[in-house]
Amino acid sequence: MARIEVPMPQMGESIAEGTVSKWLKQVGDAVERDEPILEISTDKVDAEIPSPQSGTLVEVAVAEGETVEVGTIVAYIDTEAGAAADSGGGEAKAEPAEKEAEEAPEAEKAPAAAEAETSEGPAGSAEERLRTRSTPVVRKIAEEHGVDIGSVTGTGHAGRVTKQDILDFIESPAKAEAPAKPAAQAPAAPAKPPQVPAPSAAPSDLWTKFYKEVQHPEFPVRDADDVQPMDKMRRLTAEHMVLAKRVAPHVHSFIEIDFTSIDKVRAANKPKWKQQGAKVSYTTFVAWAVSRVLREFPMVNGTVSGNNIIHRGNVNLGMAVDLNPGLIVPVVRDADHLSLVGIGNKIVDLAERARDKKLSPDEIQGGTFSITNPGVLGTLSGLPVIPKGTSAILGTGAIEKRVVVVEDPESGADSMAIRKRAIFTLGYDHRIVDGADAARFLSRLKETLQDFPEDA
Amino acid sequence: MSTPRPFVVRELGLMPYADALGVQEDAVKARRAGEIPDTLFLVEHPHVITLGSSSHPEHVLVDADERARKGIELFDTGRGGDVTYHGPGQLVAYPVLDLKPDRKDLHAYLRDLEGVVIDVVASYGVPAERSEGQTGVWTPGGKIAAIGVRVSSGWITSHGLALNVRTDLSYFGTIVPCGIADRDVTSLERELGREVPMAEVRDVLVEAFCERFGAVRAG
Repeated sequence: MARIEVPMPQMGESIAEGTVSKWLKQVGDAVERDEPILEISTDKVDAEIPSPQSGTLVEVAVAEGETVEVGTIVAYIDTEAGAAADSGGGEAKAEPAEKEAEEAPEAEKAPAAAEAETSEGPAGSAEERLRTRSTPVVRKIAEEHGVDIGSVTGTGHAGRVTKQDILDFIESPAKAEAPAKPAAQAPAAPAKPPQVPAPSAAPSDLWTKFYKEVQHPEFPVRDADDVQPMDKMRRLTAEHMVLAKRVAPHVHSFIEIDFTSIDKVRAANKPKWKQQGAKVSYTTFVAWAVSRVLREFPMVNGTVSGNNIIHRGNVNLGMAVDLNPGLIVPVVRDADHLSLVGIGNKIVDLAERARDKKLSPDEIQGGTFSITNPGVLGTLSGLPVIPKGTSAILGTGAIEKRVVVVEDPESGADSMAIRKRAIFTLGYDHRIVDGADAARFLSRLKETLQDFPEDA
Repeated sequence: MSTPRPFVVRELGLMPYADALGVQEDAVKARRAGEIPDTLFLVEHPHVITLGSSSHPEHVLVDADERARKGIELFDTGRGGDVTYHGPGQLVAYPVLDLKPDRKDLHAYLRDLEGVVIDVVASYGVPAERSEGQTGVWTPGGKIAAIGVRVSSGWITSHGLALNVRTDLSYFGTIVPCGIADRDVTSLERELGREVPMAEVRDVLVEAFCERFGAVRAG
């Protein structure tokens, strides 16, 4: 589907309409993803509305000065006619891309290994997801009244449940008959168990057990042994790792990265960064490049959910931080919007607060892709486990000086040179990421890192 | 529940409106790129009348000659809203904040800015309130602060609030403020009947801002 809709976005709980004050782009103009295409104004507020995708503005549906309700389509973007590097998925919706951050369900709030928990909520179709997706006020009302939002008919934009809908629902006598479980939780995956986990050991429970319950086998304790209970972080990590490996068929591919180009950029910018107080590590370069390349590979920035594939609308990078003991994965949200220095600042901030145990729950949720750096301790590379609810993880090996063969681009003559290099591993969920996809992703990443832009 | 957000305060002193606009534009870009933290700009402008895209020209009550005589600049902002006056003695605060991920509600943001002003004014013992259906803050003597904001792509704010601390209120006679003709404009000094040092109000405002926005000053 090449033609996508741009609706008047929801800019606040009580904002029902907006006035188109100015078109910043005209029909026929090429637009980049996230580039402002129009300005709207509501009472005392002006807001820029960004394009949800790269493409060409093909139709303007609302004239300047007109006031329309939230959800009204104001423009159409043709994504095929437009810029190359766009592949955000056909069903992409046109709201400001950050909406996803709000829908994180109440997964485990414990500060461990939780970066993938957000995708554990109602799976189901995109439509279901939208229906369940609602404003905090609506969710609060639903929670207070024990109502499952999935069972309320939404009249808002794209079937979204509005405050009035939920209030009407609570008032209505039909409430008692509403299903107790979210409709969205019953996707028709053949391998998916019925939702009611019965305690009996009927044969049909096999799949339920396989997916849902992690039990660690017990072993005899010997005389000289010391036995300690796992703390909460360790327990959650253990559970997460078992589930992640059970569910996703892991495959790993490797690529070697040369750091010569990155070192040049580093050297050139060092004085400037020092002045800004910016901390731009090698990991920062990797995170920047990954965030840009991910946009071209929606399956690598997505997840299998029931019989569906979710392509995430945001690039939220989980960055594994070693707490020794323990591990936590804080999330750099919308990393693809941040500059190199911006990502560097964010990583330093998150890592510092992770070590001080000062991260808030929303800072360890919602990751769409993860990066782990076993190389920092000298290992060549690793085979990282893909966090549940995502489809890939990058492991970066130690950066070492190696003797390599380089070819003179002009004469074609070979010679030996000393170069800083590292082996990167991509661990990917083979259900949705094919080997060739992984190879393309890694070689794009290599290209980006080995010809690093000066102005990132 | 989230951790307090660090923010920095930048005092711009007395700076022409257009220059402050440039400072904000740069800050919005840098904020979006994650290069700077949330930033609160504090400034006073020389006399200026700003026009918005929905301005009614008849709300400017002085002609070019009169403006020249009084040293008032006229500035077309291209943004929404109606006619506004800024001038010395008015404390202008421009928060450049990233409202992602958990503060993405523009009305809530406007109400928070009003709340900041109400807290500042209340700390001087002056009762202040919002006015149903209008944006701004009113004391018994009239409108004491005007508010107007902009949200750029990526939920980054600019513009903000203008609080009359020791403004020469006669300059408001040159416009119909925000198109509201039937209510008076007032200042903190007029409400208190005494002088109020600007620097003191700046400090109080920064404190009120921290409270309202759960922010921690980092510079």
